[in-house]
Amino acid sequence: MFEESALNARNKKIQLLWRTLFLVMTLLLILPVLVILGTLIAKGGSVISMEFLFTYPTDGMTAGGIFPALFGTVWLVSLALLISVPLGVAAAIYLSEYAGENWFSRLINLAIINLAGVPSIVHALFGVGAFVVFFGFGTSILAASLTLAIMTLPVVIVATKESLDAVPLAFREACWNMGATRWQTIRKVVLPNAISGILTGVILEVSRTTGETAPIMFTGAAFFLPFLPESVFDQTMAMSLHLFVVATQVPGVPDALPYGVALVLVSMVLIMNSISIGFRVYLRGQKKW
Amino acid sequence: MSDKPVNTNTSEAPENGEHQFAIDTQNLDLWYGTFQALFDVNLKIRQGMITSMIGPSGCGKSTYLRSVNRINERLGYVRINGNINVFGNNIYDPAVELVQIRKEIGMVFQRPNPLPASIRDNVLFGHRIHNKHMKTNKAEEEEIVENALRTVLLWDKVKDNLNRKATQLSLEEQQKLCIARLLPVKPKILLMDEPCSALDPKGTAAVEELIWELRGEYTILIVTHNMAQARRASEECIFMLMGKVMEHTATEDLFVTPAKKETADYIEGRFG
Repeated sequence: MFEESALNARNKKIQLLWRTLFLVMTLLLILPVLVILGTLIAKGGSVISMEFLFTYPTDGMTAGGIFPALFGTVWLVSLALLISVPLGVAAAIYLSEYAGENWFSRLINLAIINLAGVPSIVHALFGVGAFVVFFGFGTSILAASLTLAIMTLPVVIVATKESLDAVPLAFREACWNMGATRWQTIRKVVLPNAISGILTGVILEVSRTTGETAPIMFTGAAFFLPFLPESVFDQTMAMSLHLFVVATQVPGVPDALPYGVALVLVSMVLIMNSISIGFRVYLRGQKKW
Repeated sequence: MSDKPVNTNTSEAPENGEHQFAIDTQNLDLWYGTFQALFDVNLKIRQGMITSMIGPSGCGKSTYLRSVNRINERLGYVRINGNINVFGNNIYDPAVELVQIRKEIGMVFQRPNPLPASIRDNVLFGHRIHNKHMKTNKAEEEEIVENALRTVLLWDKVKDNLNRKATQLSLEEQQKLCIARLLPVKPKILLMDEPCSALDPKGTAAVEELIWELRGEYTILIVTHNMAQARRASEECIFMLMGKVMEHTATEDLFVTPAKKETADYIEGRFG
């Protein structure tokens, strides 16, 4: 009565086939990551040292370290975040906690989606037009960071909105019913519960910003500078542009150097992503509902 | 059967200076968009009593409850005609401050919704937001917490661990806590929207006992699906049907000698 029929066997075989197919697809996803990392370590691992990280390039950028570029990237990214995070978080709070479902909020959401879809080279040109020329910041860290900030804004907004929306409505209702204002509710209940998601989104954003090349190359990143920037109105070197330069623009660069630069850049991103994930796991463990 | 709602509770008890009725609803109509959910509701809820509201799903009992502290408005598409006077003041008067309404009229939900914070912070939440700097002195806070938790018969269970997350309590304890956190701001009316429907029979009995304890000091209006609960745990009872008040009288009378055929049919389980 309960034996396997021919049809059962056939269905099981088909399901096994699909399952295997999906597994192979999944494994294919990891492959590029492994190949990239493997290649970088194999070809560029030899140049990595403390000296490489903390000295200037020498001999027409064919030798020496990457310190000005590393320093510049940290500058650019920090300043960009300082601009985009307060703006983005504030906008997200307005959109998800205050704005009703009307044509205005729909329009803003549409604008955010479109902003997210603008190619980075277009952001670069916008940055040149707006910040370098119109506001007169010149090609500077400020102009480049502002350009990066505009570019990261939609992602910050979306990540923040998502984590705010993940806070159950019941918590807000509880507050409102005790006579709390919207702001008291946000401040006391919504933000403390959404902060882990917001931070995770922000850190992921940092990692993306770190690797961007186009938006900074016309607005503030320099080909080569023999000194560190002294203010936000100076130009600076940056990791991503430096990689582009040593890989394609300078003759006589030893093979290992660009790989080394790339390895440092990728490591920065990976480290930040790991911190973000670790942080999220930690904060998830903290909250229980 | 006439269409006029039966109201046998308006003639007795003399005015004695105090407001005899905590909530006096006059000709209340309510629409969600184009759908009319309440039709000419006239209800006088006696002060210091437990009044229960029964009726089949969609009869408007929760809608009525939610218009008494104006939480319905949040939906945006709600339209209202008529008055609800709370202690003589029309809460739909434009000059009324919503925060004050919410302070005077607390609400307990179907699903316990403690905040994801400690038991102490839950109890103190309302107190803090209604105080200027969101902080009062420690000793005073401790006293408030103890009083509120004692009132809801929870103190002995949680006194040693007030820093525990409120969300880790059992559902019954959570619901008691949700009642406790309303008390420090000294509301006069407590609205309860099926407060026991998420609880097991033991929890239900415990919360019902608590509600019974609270009568007198608070005017309690409780919506329930559970007719046995209305019968055990309320002094007056309102039966609603299709957005209209059918009958409002002493609970005992409503269950023993219902004046309307619809009431009789409903309490005997012929529909609903």
